[in-house]
Amino acid sequence: MATSSVLAAPSPTGARAFLKRLRSGDEVARLITLAFATSILLVTVGLLYELWIGSALARQRFGFGFLTSSAWDPVSERFGALPFIYGTVVTSAVALIIAVPLGLGAAIFLAELAPPRVSSTFTFFIELLAAVPSVIYGLLAIFTLVPLMRTVVEPFLSRTLGFLPIFKGAFYGVGYLTGGVILAIMTLPFIISISREALLEVPTEQREAALALGATRWESTWQVVVPYARLGIFGSIFLALARALGETMAVTMVIGNDPSIRASLFAPGYTIAAIIANEFTEATGEIYLDALVGLGLVLFLLTIVINAVARLLIIATTRRGSTNP
Amino acid sequence: MTLRNRWRKTLSYMMLSLTGVCAVLAVAVLFLILGYLFYNGWRSLDWDFLTKLPKPPGERGGGMANAIVGSLQIIFLATLIGLPVGFMAGVYLSEFGGKTFAFLIRYMADLLNGVPSIVIGIFAWTVVVVPLHHFSALAGGLALSLILIPVTARSTEQFLNSVPQTLREGALALGASKWRTIATVVVPAAYRGIATGMILGVARIAGETAPLLFTSLNNQFWSTGFDQPTASLPVMVFTHAIAPYDDWHRQAWAAGLVLLLGVLVANIAARLILSRGISVQR
Amino acid sequence: MKRTNVWVGAFAALMILLAVAEAKVLVNAAGATFPYPIYGKWFDEFTKVDRDAQINYQSIGSGGGIRQFTEGTVDFGASDMPMTNEQISRTKYKPLHFPTVLGGLVPTYNISGVTQDLKFTPETLAGIYLGKIKKWNDPELKKSNPGVNFPDAEILVVHRSDGSGTTFVWTDYLSKVSPEWKKSVGANTSVSWPVGLGAKGNEGVAGLVKQSPNSIGYVELIYALQTKLPYGFVRNSSGTFLKADLASVTDAAAGAAKAMPADFRVSITNAPGKNAYPIVSFTWLLIPSKIEDAAKKKAIVTFLHWMLTDGQKYAASLGYAPLPKEVVGKEEKQISLIQ
Repeated sequence: MATSSVLAAPSPTGARAFLKRLRSGDEVARLITLAFATSILLVTVGLLYELWIGSALARQRFGFGFLTSSAWDPVSERFGALPFIYGTVVTSAVALIIAVPLGLGAAIFLAELAPPRVSSTFTFFIELLAAVPSVIYGLLAIFTLVPLMRTVVEPFLSRTLGFLPIFKGAFYGVGYLTGGVILAIMTLPFIISISREALLEVPTEQREAALALGATRWESTWQVVVPYARLGIFGSIFLALARALGETMAVTMVIGNDPSIRASLFAPGYTIAAIIANEFTEATGEIYLDALVGLGLVLFLLTIVINAVARLLIIATTRRGSTNP
Repeated sequence: MTLRNRWRKTLSYMMLSLTGVCAVLAVAVLFLILGYLFYNGWRSLDWDFLTKLPKPPGERGGGMANAIVGSLQIIFLATLIGLPVGFMAGVYLSEFGGKTFAFLIRYMADLLNGVPSIVIGIFAWTVVVVPLHHFSALAGGLALSLILIPVTARSTEQFLNSVPQTLREGALALGASKWRTIATVVVPAAYRGIATGMILGVARIAGETAPLLFTSLNNQFWSTGFDQPTASLPVMVFTHAIAPYDDWHRQAWAAGLVLLLGVLVANIAARLILSRGISVQR
Repeated sequence: MKRTNVWVGAFAALMILLAVAEAKVLVNAAGATFPYPIYGKWFDEFTKVDRDAQINYQSIGSGGGIRQFTEGTVDFGASDMPMTNEQISRTKYKPLHFPTVLGGLVPTYNISGVTQDLKFTPETLAGIYLGKIKKWNDPELKKSNPGVNFPDAEILVVHRSDGSGTTFVWTDYLSKVSPEWKKSVGANTSVSWPVGLGAKGNEGVAGLVKQSPNSIGYVELIYALQTKLPYGFVRNSSGTFLKADLASVTDAAAGAAKAMPADFRVSITNAPGKNAYPIVSFTWLLIPSKIEDAAKKKAIVTFLHWMLTDGQKYAASLGYAPLPKEVVGKEEKQISLIQ
């Protein structure tokens, strides 16, 4: 994007040249838009900076032990991030275990089997699901999902699979499992929508070649098309994971708010986002507040890493797709 | 046909039906959710809800008129800050950006996009609430604008990029300067897509709750001016849903319905605008 | 396009109108959920009395009240736990504690098949919250409640997830009656709970107990009454089983009224007296000793006078006990300390 410069002769001083360039509207426009664009950079850096200094006391007191300690005791001022990291990871894992097979199956159906009209109508509705605010999912979860879990699903799991450590113990309706289920519902639209697009990008020649070689429709899909689109599919999974990690409201309302580490999925737990939402306005004491900001920093770094991996995967798959003749 | 082939055919049929089941299940969840919300919300919505102020806890009646207006106040501030900044940044990325700097901005925008909104809330708290010693609609609006800016920037950039280069070249060949080309040719050509991106962005922040919890807090009354704590629909849904009063639950459903209707209408409108305009690859 | 322009214009006009509208004095307060029902009522009524003032109270928990007061983001705070000296040292203007009402904390429960009012001894309460008593049909519970058909179900313990003065009162009481509790957990607005689920605010605890079978939680009396949840008798230091009501709560404050310290910071849990309900607390408004905004100061001072006279009349109907007369007198004098 070369800027227009009318005069061929170079100007003596840098400042003069700059001012001369300023006369052209293009340069002004470039600078203005550049300024706005830089604001994004400033905000991101500022965010990281505020999180860093806002958690200074906690980092000084606990160091890396903050990440491995499972205490959360405001009375004795001992804080550790482990129960919340655990809760965040467990609920997200449950969400993915439920949502990925379901989402991938739906995406395959919509991309491969459904007639185009059905496919776009279904996709339209599913993408509307993605627009529903989190607090509304929470509202629905409290009054429908939690009783359902407590009276139907969890007793059933306890009776049939109760020998497994993850399904042992008392169930209350709230807890890791319910948190995971609501997250699954919330991340489903992302997985379906992005995986479907990745599948649609696969050239028809691939499918036809497989079928010509005698594969069944399913074999062509599962053994040829899906692997071809796997990078995009993984990308969608990572994006869904990033969303699940940061999800606040719906999870806060059904997680049980108990900062402990338990093996059973029926047990109440806590996630990073949930405890910040619950305790931020009330943390009395500097270390307490800094510990919460420190949790925010941990969450921020986690989502950065996941997002970076997801973007790389999606870029790789689109590049792959477009270089094929 | 050999046994193996028969098995392969059966398997194919089974698995493909299964995927159909998945798709139906996914859409069924949507309909159940929306249906339940509509049913409960519709029953709970009354004229009082839309016009009255909240009553003290435990008393029946009252409404959330201040929350509806408060949400509008906060969204107004957020769009005032967020849309122009995002739009301009998108223009830069698409039209002016060099290689490395634009890449950096793009990366940061995507990063910001992925940041959990509660972390944005912490940022807005330290940057606006503490120095000003006030919970305010301003702080809430700023927090939401920080979510809106990267979304708008990326979608604006994407739609501007989709405008064919020939359009730009034609205008330049006719003697227009670059900024004129952008303002009078490129942007109008991508207008539909940009507007869609903006509407979707605003719809998204309209439903955000977490950043408002400690920036705009809440208010029993109308908020005059943008420097006061302000009631908002998402926060009201939250506080009323976890409370023990049945009447508050009823109001939570109504508030949820109003909020969802707003968000869905915006989404559907945006998609309709887009589908009637340039078809752009996502 | 023209139609949208009209809408946009109207919207912008509304925004501008709101921004410059005749602003009443808006006072912002936040804090305890324990007295939220009566504070909500008071501030609603007070707007009718003083038409220029609006007091916006947000119930975010006592911890929140103390914290926001310290940060200066609210004009006054509210807490069921008096501020500690350490907390006071971090405030800009020293807070003046104004007791407003007395409230009783009740153990409220939701047990399938049990409709009677249960009797709780201090040991059973401590045992349940320590996680020692795990099931409803535990022998200790059966001993205090002969004839009640307890289900063979695990006790779902509910506590507060947020920084709460109510928690302080509850744990303060448990610390006084159970040495084990005092040693392993202690008393504060936020503690490390041995067992249980957390809920946000008194409202959240009542809400969770109401929705969850075989659960128990601690809430201020009015929350149990308003949500029609059963609540139990608690044995006091004299050995009598009492339910929280106007008489038993007022009785608990009788002794404290005479010996009230000058700054009003006192704990009255496990008060002596045959008819004194054991889990009682004052709840305080935290008013800064210096209020810079003259209009806000006038509104707050007017409210305090109103609260000590007319406001007290609303207490009983909402299940709180009004302040003893001696305390009211002393508080009237403290109002003049606000600069």
